[in-house]
Amino acid sequence: MTTQEALFRYTLQIGDNALILGHRLGEWCGHGPILEQDIALTNIALDQVGQARSILAYAGKLEGKGRSEDDLAYLREERNFYNLLITELPNGNFADTIARQFFFDAFNFYFLTALKNSKDETLAAIAEKSLKEVTYHLRYSSEWVIRLGDGTEESHQKMQKAVDDIWNFTGEMLLMNEVDKMMAAEGIGVNLDEIKSLWDDKVDEVLSRATLQKPESTWTQKGGKQGVHTEHMGFILAEMQYLPRAYPGAEW
Amino acid sequence: MSNKNWPLFEVFIRSKQGLHHKHVGSLHAADSDMAIENARDVYTRRQEGVSIWVVESKFITASNPENADALFEPAEDKVYRHPTFYDLPDELKHI
Repeated sequence: MTTQEALFRYTLQIGDNALILGHRLGEWCGHGPILEQDIALTNIALDQVGQARSILAYAGKLEGKGRSEDDLAYLREERNFYNLLITELPNGNFADTIARQFFFDAFNFYFLTALKNSKDETLAAIAEKSLKEVTYHLRYSSEWVIRLGDGTEESHQKMQKAVDDIWNFTGEMLLMNEVDKMMAAEGIGVNLDEIKSLWDDKVDEVLSRATLQKPESTWTQKGGKQGVHTEHMGFILAEMQYLPRAYPGAEW
Repeated sequence: MSNKNWPLFEVFIRSKQGLHHKHVGSLHAADSDMAIENARDVYTRRQEGVSIWVVESKFITASNPENADALFEPAEDKVYRHPTFYDLPDELKHI
């Protein structure tokens, strides 16, 4: 793999996380527990789709085959998506969505903070812009983990179950694959080993304020970054890609 | 969707150019911290403001519309309360 090919793959990894999680959060539209949270979740969804758009546009440019961000989002096959498995998991109940969001936001916050120093100017600029949004996402999801964990007996129990259920999908975020290693060595990408302790500390802090137990398991599900996905991924793509595939070139 | 048990808050936003907070609407939240977050999401999505105040609606004491006559009508024929009879120097702004 050349550096250029690795950089293309790297931008897809980052962009696909934002795209798929943004799509998942968008599924809450009209189904939020209350009107105000419905709007909050869809705001975050829009932020993430916006981030996906700028990074996939850049990916298309790097690839040099004339593919736009829409082509990459809507006309790629499942095995060519490189998002983390955690981003494609179903929304579940509100606590499940909040747990998924919190673990990912905490990762994304430190990831983008480090990516701001990338030697690649476009990635650094996208990271800087996205970080402002993600700072709010992390604040939002942390507050809800604490509120539900340290809330009523029922909300505590549901939040703890959500944390336990998703825990084995969190490890993949900090695992370096070949692409990550190449990009980190080039000074373009983030050395995930360096942000692991930051992520751990943040998770410890929030879970303890939420009176929740941090699961002990160190085993993790993985595969997303290699294009091997859960059984949920195909359904997401079917819904997300249906319109552009059924009506190629459709516009508003 | 339901808002059971969640109190109502009134939201005030100060715009970039504005010197004061202006009432923009109301929303439901479990407490004032959440009300600020919700207000950010509901009322500042289009860059409406740079500062948010929230107050639980029950803490606002309002005048009774039935007393409007007694409260406000007596001011109607007292034009001399407006400072329009003074000649102001041109340098003075915002008056």
